[in-house]
Formats: sequence, C-alpha cells, structure tokens
Amino acid sequence: MTTTTPAPETYSPVAETLGAVLSRESRPPRPGALSASMAFGWRAMLKIKHVPEQLFDVTAFPIMMTLMFTFLFGGALAGSPGDYLQFFLPGIMVSSVVMITMYTGIEVNKDIERGIFDRFRTLPIWRPAPMVGYLLGDAVRYTLASIVILLVGLVLGFRPAGGFVGVVAAIAVLVAFSFAFSWVWTMFGLMLRSEKSVMGVSMMVIFPLTFLSNVYVDPATMPSLLRAFVEINPISHVVSAVRALMAGTPAASELMWVLVAGVALMVVFGTLTMRLYNRK
Amino acid sequence: MTTLAIETSGLVKTFGGNRAVDDLDLAVPAGTVYGVLGPNGAGKTTAVRMLATLLRPDGGQARVFGHDVVREADAVRGRVSLTGQYASVDEDMTGVENLILLGRLLGHGKAAARARAEQLLDAFGLTEAAGRQVKHYSGGMRRRVDIAASILNTPDLLFLDEPTTGLDPRARSQVWDIVRIVVAHGTTVLLTTQYLDEADHLASRIAVIDHGKVIAEGTPGQLKSSIGSGSVHVRLREAHQREQAEQVIASALATTVVLEADPVALTARLTAGQDAVAAEQAARALSELAAAGIVVDEFSLGQPSLDEVFLALT
Ligand SMILES: Nc1ncnc2c1ncn2[C@@H]1O[C@H](COP(=O)(O)OP(=O)(O)OP(=O)(O)O)[C@@H](O)[C@H]1O
Ligand SMILES: [Mg+2]
Repeated sequence: MTTTTPAPETYSPVAETLGAVLSRESRPPRPGALSASMAFGWRAMLKIKHVPEQLFDVTAFPIMMTLMFTFLFGGALAGSPGDYLQFFLPGIMVSSVVMITMYTGIEVNKDIERGIFDRFRTLPIWRPAPMVGYLLGDAVRYTLASIVILLVGLVLGFRPAGGFVGVVAAIAVLVAFSFAFSWVWTMFGLMLRSEKSVMGVSMMVIFPLTFLSNVYVDPATMPSLLRAFVEINPISHVVSAVRALMAGTPAASELMWVLVAGVALMVVFGTLTMRLYNRK
Repeated sequence: MTTLAIETSGLVKTFGGNRAVDDLDLAVPAGTVYGVLGPNGAGKTTAVRMLATLLRPDGGQARVFGHDVVREADAVRGRVSLTGQYASVDEDMTGVENLILLGRLLGHGKAAARARAEQLLDAFGLTEAAGRQVKHYSGGMRRRVDIAASILNTPDLLFLDEPTTGLDPRARSQVWDIVRIVVAHGTTVLLTTQYLDEADHLASRIAVIDHGKVIAEGTPGQLKSSIGSGSVHVRLREAHQREQAEQVIASALATTVVLEADPVALTARLTAGQDAVAAEQAARALSELAAAGIVVDEFSLGQPSLDEVFLALT
C-alpha cells in the first residue's frame, strides 16, 4: 500500500498563468475516426498498466481451463490426455477467449457509472470511437490469452501441424472474431443497470454458446436436436476454422462462415450499441 | 440585442411519472456566469445534461448559441464542455494521462497534447501531482483537474454542475477564482449550485429552480431584495423571556418573528433590500433587547439561506 500525504494546498489561481492557457486560437481540427479510436485504445492500454490485476483473468483462467479439461476428459474421451490435446487445444483456446470477451461489457458498465462517460459523450468526435477503443484494448488481451494457452498446450505436448504460420493465422481469426463478438457485450454494458446484471446475462449467453459446441466432444456423438444447435452455433465454426488452420489444412467454408458471422454480429450489435450510446 | 448562449423554452424531461424538468425556460446571456440554484432533486443535473447533449429532452426546445441541442448536437458539442457533478475524469489514470487523452481526442498530435497537458497542470497547480493516479487526489485537486480537462480547448460555454459541493472553504474559493478568470476570458459559464452565497458571489444572473421549474429569476440583488436580506437569529438565556423578546424584536424590526422548536431560540426575517440596512436594523434590535433587560446568549445576522429563499418563493 502506498499512502499519499496530500501536498499542503498552497495553490491559488493566478489570472496570468490561467489566462495564458485560455486561448481560442490554437484549436486543432477535429480528429478523424481512426485517431480518436486509437486514443481510446491507448487509454485501454494505460488501464492495463495501472490495473494489471485485470490480466489475471486472461491468463490464469485459460491456463486453469486447459489443464482441467485436458486431464479430466482426456483419458475418457480420447484414450489419453496427449491425443485429446491435439483435438481439444484449439477448442479450449476459442472457448476461453470468447469467455473473456464478456469483461468488455463489465468495463463499459463500470465507466458509465463514473462521470467519465459523460465527458466522452460531449466530445465532438466520431461517435463509436470510445467503443472501438475498448475493443482494441481487448483485442490485445485476447491475443495475450491465446498465446498463454498455446504455450501451455505446447508444454503439455500439443504439436500443431500447421506450424508457425498456421498458428498465427488461427489466432488472428480468433481475435478478429472475438472483436466482432464483443459488440454483444458493449450493448449489454450500456443496456443493463449494474455490473452484476451484466455478469449474470453474460454467463447465460456464454455458457450455452461455448459448451454446446464442438469444443469438447465431436458433435457426431450428440442427440440430433442438440447436434442441430451445435452446427449452427457460430462458436463451432470458429473452432473448426481455428482447428483446421492449426492442423495445416485451412477450411475455406469454415472461414467464410466465421467472416459472415463476424460481420453480422458487428452490424447488428454495433448498431444496437450505438443506438443505446446515443440515447443514454 | 445581446446574444444568448442558452435559450430554452418549455423544456421537459420525465423519468417514469416524475417530471424532473418541467417546462423550463432559461435565457442565458453570453459572456457571463449564470447561476442555477436549487435544492437536491430540483432538476439541475437533468437540465444541464440535456443542454450538454447527453440526454434527449421529452418536450420543448433548447438552443446553445443558436444550435438545437437535438438536431445540431454535433455543433453544440464543438462549443461546450462539461464538468459533471461527479468527477468526469478517469480515476485509474494519472492527471497528465487524463489530459493527454483528452488533448488527443480534441485533435492535438501526441507532442502537442503532452505540451498542452503540462501547461494546464502548471496553471492549475498540479504539476507535482501530474504523475499520480487521480483516485489519490484530494477533492479540490480532483475538481481542478476536471476543470482543466474542460478547458483543454477553451470552450465557448462551460457547464459546471455543483462544482464546489463537498469541497472545503479553501478549495471552494480556488474554484471561484478559476471561474472568474475563465469568464473574464470570454467563456460563458452555467453554474449549478445549492448555495445562495456561491451564486451571489459568482453569477450575474440567477435562476432559482424547484421541481424542474424556474420559480424566480434575476440578478442576485433583485432576488435578495425580493426575499429579504437575511435573518436575525437570537438565543436567550431564559426561556421565560422569549415572549417578551418576540414583541421587542417584532416592533424593532417591523417583521414577524418565528419561535423555533428550541425554547430559547427565535428567528426574524429582515425585509430590507440592502445589507447595510440589515446590519443597522439588527443592531437596533439588539440594543432594544438589552434595554428591556432580556439576556441574550447568541445573536447573529445571517444571509438568507437557501431554505429561506424557498420559504419566501414558494
Ligand atoms: N436517470 C434517472 N432515472 C430516474 N430518475 C432520475 C434520473 N435522473 C434524475 N432523476 C430524478 O429526477 C429528479 C431531478 O434530479 P436531478 O439529478 O436533475 O436533480 P439535481 O437538482 O441535480 O439534484 P442534486 O442537487 O441532488 O444533484 C430527481 O427526482 C431524480 O430522482
Ligand atoms: Mg445534480
């Protein structure tokens, strides 16, 4: 704990110094959409610097998931943890990263409760910039989480046939999809009243999406109704695309699916987010 | 004709069945401090949020420098800035980071944003605290960094929503000085407050609002003369002398005297328009009490409090 002893308050406003900063001449032109978004992205990075605890969620949680499921299910489902890992690691990577996307909604919601949001909303900037900024910061966290899981996998014996290029491409697809998917959370973050309710709703969305997918087991083993859901679940397609890239056998149709789903999510939830943001 | 910084007519905002702002009419001349005075829940923050384009009105019209706050929100945003009732800076970030972020969002390049941030921190006496997270700042420092953020690009209209609530007297007078300097440089300030003396010291015109409506408007002098210039508070040593004291004061001041719940206390509201006269009247009342042999423990002359303003106006 650092304790700060407030400096003796000796400040008294001086008309000349203060007057000197009050000028109407040096007003620069408004920033473009990109630079405003990048400025908010920079803010997200600073938040990681000042509140490093938030990285715990994106590192410890995925490591735990990977270890737990590999050893819990590995023996039963694929004969040995090592074999299971080849199938399972891309899946758990997708599922962990998609799970940590929900922190976006919580961050948005926390900011609204503080006055800072009001300031952003009175600035003459591209309206979605604050939201895009959150997501740019989050993309860094998603990348970090993916790398952590990959490293754990490599240690446990995961050997991707796709090599370095395949793995990098797979992580890029995953991070891009997660960026698109996060607009669901910005919407909930703006819509719901408290951090707790954002958390609650997030769980209700995330658990079915990640568990009712092809992450853990092959859908061929599932009853038909469940299998129907698993097959339209976008997470399943992301998993298939990522698996294929890591295995060195890119699947064009799966990548197409991911692209379409990502664009659709961004259009629908991005629009809803901005409507809420403007109306708030 | 003077130009108006803010002009509203019939502005309404309802939350459920609650009319937080109810048919509000304001006309704020440019280049002045305009005070909006009202108790908790009067609708001050709601009104400011509508004017700052944060909240959509449910009825009526509001223009800021001639721009409609709904249809031309972007033009309005280009000319105003807001220091909200609760800190509108990021508490997790340092003072300098907050200002750099804002500088970049207002179109400054990286180097220019840093230079501007340092210049502002210096002007607000925050250079030493620049590298500390805002959550470790004192209340007064927090307010200052918040106001610094609001004038990063000198706005034409600055909203200050209860800028001194919760500050100690010294920090309060610092904020007052800042407001005076800002307004002297051509920025119009809309200041909300719960304190009559604050509005009195800073504002050239005041609107008193309650239940979302303007219940009085005018210069501080006009308002004060309409509500009397204050009250005389008296505490006696002996409760049994209170009736006698009531008569003495009532005849000396030609006003009605209120008997407080405390059996030795009385309050008389002065009706004179000027402070000098009020002091004279009070002195007369005190000497007549002494002449009548009434023992006075405490005697004070107070400015009209907000309570008294409301008592007088509603
Ligand atoms: N978002 C909201 N939802 C519901 N009711 C609200 C909301 N904001 C304000 N109100 C209500 O509107 C009324 C006016 O509130 P407002 O915050 O504008 O008052 P105020 O004058 O700023 O008070 P204070 O001095 O306490 O800041 C209050 O009755 C308040 O409960
Ligand atoms: Mg308020």
